[in-house]
Amino acid sequence: MNPNQLVIGRGTADAHPMEDFLRMDRMPHIWCSTCGLGTCLTAFIAAARESAIPREDIVVVSGIGCTGRAAGYLKYDSFHTTHGRAIPFATGLKIANPRLKVCIISGDGDLVSIGGNHLIHAARRNMDLTVICVNNFNYAMTGGQAGPTTPQTAQATTTPYGAFERPFNIPFLVDSCGATYVARWTALHVRQLTISIKEALLHRGFSFIEVISPCPTVYGRRNRLGSGLDLMKFYHDHSITKNFASTRECDIRYQQDIIVGKFVQKEEPTYLDSMNEQMKKALGAKFVPYIGPMDPAKDV
Amino acid sequence: MNEKKRGPVLTGAHYLDGDHACAEGAIAAGCRFMAGYPITPSTEVAERLAERFPKIGGTFIQMEDELGSIAAVLGAAWAGARAMTVTSGPGFSLMMENIGLGVMTETPCVVVNVQRGGPSTGLPTLTGQQDMMQARWGSHGDYEIIALSPSSPQECFDLTIACFNLSEKYRVPVMFMMDECVGHMTEKVVVPPADKIDAWPRRWYRGPRDKYLPYEPDKDGVPPMIRAGDDHRVHISGLTHDQRGYPIINAECQQLCVSRLADKIRDNADDLMMIREEQLRGADVVVVAYGISSRVATKAIADARKKGIKVGFLRLITVWPFPEKKIRDLAGKVGCLVMPEINLGQMYREMERAAAGRCRTMLVPHCGGWVHNPDDILKAIIEGSK
Amino acid sequence: MKYWRKPLDADRRKAPHGNVHVIFERCKGCGFCIAYCPRQVLEVSTEYNRKGYHPPVVAHPEKCVNCRLCEALCPEFAIWNTLDEQDAQSEPGTINENR
Ligand SMILES: Cc1ncc(C[n+]2csc(CCOP(=O)(O)OP(=O)(O)O)c2C)c(N)n1
Ligand code: SF4
Ligand code: SF4
Ligand code: SF4
Ligand SMILES: [Mg+2]
Repeated sequence: MNPNQLVIGRGTADAHPMEDFLRMDRMPHIWCSTCGLGTCLTAFIAAARESAIPREDIVVVSGIGCTGRAAGYLKYDSFHTTHGRAIPFATGLKIANPRLKVCIISGDGDLVSIGGNHLIHAARRNMDLTVICVNNFNYAMTGGQAGPTTPQTAQATTTPYGAFERPFNIPFLVDSCGATYVARWTALHVRQLTISIKEALLHRGFSFIEVISPCPTVYGRRNRLGSGLDLMKFYHDHSITKNFASTRECDIRYQQDIIVGKFVQKEEPTYLDSMNEQMKKALGAKFVPYIGPMDPAKDV
Repeated sequence: MNEKKRGPVLTGAHYLDGDHACAEGAIAAGCRFMAGYPITPSTEVAERLAERFPKIGGTFIQMEDELGSIAAVLGAAWAGARAMTVTSGPGFSLMMENIGLGVMTETPCVVVNVQRGGPSTGLPTLTGQQDMMQARWGSHGDYEIIALSPSSPQECFDLTIACFNLSEKYRVPVMFMMDECVGHMTEKVVVPPADKIDAWPRRWYRGPRDKYLPYEPDKDGVPPMIRAGDDHRVHISGLTHDQRGYPIINAECQQLCVSRLADKIRDNADDLMMIREEQLRGADVVVVAYGISSRVATKAIADARKKGIKVGFLRLITVWPFPEKKIRDLAGKVGCLVMPEINLGQMYREMERAAAGRCRTMLVPHCGGWVHNPDDILKAIIEGSK
Repeated sequence: MKYWRKPLDADRRKAPHGNVHVIFERCKGCGFCIAYCPRQVLEVSTEYNRKGYHPPVVAHPEKCVNCRLCEALCPEFAIWNTLDEQDAQSEPGTINENR
């Protein structure tokens, strides 16, 4: 698809086109000026609409953090869970009602550090979930501590002499665990990001999108990287689009080029496909597929 | 309840251990989602459901850990499933944070803890009743919880259903506090016909879609619930929230939110209370016990009666909320309350508090690994009768 | 640094025209829209809004091509673009508006 042809749904002269998809009674959001998180929401809403998935089927789950607040602003059924547990919560939603399109929007610390175990297992299972991981290279909500994505030498409050641990290359991590859709964009790449989120929502299986997003207030300030706009300009000048690049080569080093693109897209049986197939094989006619959630009309 | 249509309850008399009886109770209650992680001595519940569910339209997932298990259960409950997880001490510890999320978001579900000896890895294969306070206070913050304790495989079946019913009625995770002995004890379990099983429905919201407020309570303090995916566009958060479910970070909202969570249990404590009384009238000593300890106590009580001691017996099935009123009343009438439990005094302290000095109280402690010697309980009864 | 290239068929195509809408008080002054508008339609206002930010002003409304990049980038949902009435007929295919 040509990014320039993306039609995000039109506004009217007096209303922003996304107002109906946002909890406007909660605006303005808590995110700082020049933070990229609002832009990620815009991309999500655009993609969800473009996907033509019935709105009620989309459920958003977040963990805890600045990014974790995303669920609370989106006017879909949305859940703000605990730190690191968005993926297993979403797993429960998905298995208990396979009709749902369950989408996780959460931070790098939430998904890759405290929730890392759930991330790799959901990828391994090819659980039919869409994960949008907003990577701002630190724990922003708690004031800018180092995390599993903080590049070496970068400053963070808990690495006052510079970070020295090796960070994760997240696309490589989830790819090697079995994710069947993997992409990375920056918050500046709204068009491509929107297309990727749309593809991910329509993808059967575990889809994962990393979004590099400016956190000017803590990460940016501590590292003297300027405003969110300066960070966006950095992404503009230092992003290299390489679709289907080997994820192994997608390491991010401090203030160096960032490889972006769609890296993985393949069809494989999902968790539910595999389960149902195996049960059918083993149990034959005795297998009774999952009956679905309780029906309020019948549960009296 | 739609259970009749939902399928196979193994009506009839069976020879089952407590873990398997619990699994059958869950099926009878309409539970069709289970997420768990193996841990002795609770694994048999998971194994039984892994085997049974695919034949009756249920679904079992073995999660990567207990943090994930409880989170998946909460998610499944919001998708509209009746959901459960099963664990033992170490796993119970891992579940605590999200039990708090379940309390805060008022999510009906059942957490089974087949207790073993602790702390830490402790006694994986041997019994204990050492998680009783953890069931009450294990997650951070102030809240009230419901917990039941069975003393036989039959009760493992019956009370698992009761756990689901109470979790649906009060919209709270219910702790089912089994122990290794009860879990691994095999006895006759009678499963009634499906239409005789009293499984309560969820408190479904039935009003207009756009009028729904996730935390607007009914008269009994409990709000009705919806399913994710039905276009109510709700926001459910572990943050302190108003009736819309929107996070509000201030003391006023905290007061409203947290006090209702406690009051919906406290104000309905009488409705929740399940106790068994035996010869309390005119008793000099009353043995108060729960779970496996209550079975051991019956021997000591019989022996004491043979000695002519007037002993009453109060068996707690509902352990949380604690039957405070009952204990307070008793304390004004008897000389001594004796509690044997397989810990160093957990429910005992609660009993002591409720008795408020109106009678003597005695603990018969046990560190775990085995049940009491009935003679130790007898000794306490004799001492208490003096 | 120049951020946009000129399409090869620019001379053969008539660009649509868009109307910019800004909610002055909603803006948090990040400047994304101003920096990335391919046609330099927007400029920083000299005025402050109540939050203390400088929202964009539409300095060159006639240059707007309804690309809606400003709308997509705005983290505050404060700016958006509608196709000019006269151009509405020639608009590219639309999608499911109610989703
Ligand atoms: C169990 C637990 N540990 C720690 C915290 C504190 N905490 C809140 S947000 C956060 C970090 C979030 O970082 P990330 O996921 O990267 O999100 P960001 O704020 O950067 O968007 C931490 C450590 C918590 N809420 N819960
Ligand atoms: S602290 Fe950083 S990530 Fe959080 S809202 Fe502010 S800029 Fe965004
Ligand atoms: S729609 Fe495009 S051309 Fe018009 S103001 Fe916005 S960014 Fe500029
Ligand atoms: S992108 Fe939005 S918030 Fe930023 S300056 Fe433009 S209108 Fe204001
Ligand atoms: Mg972060």
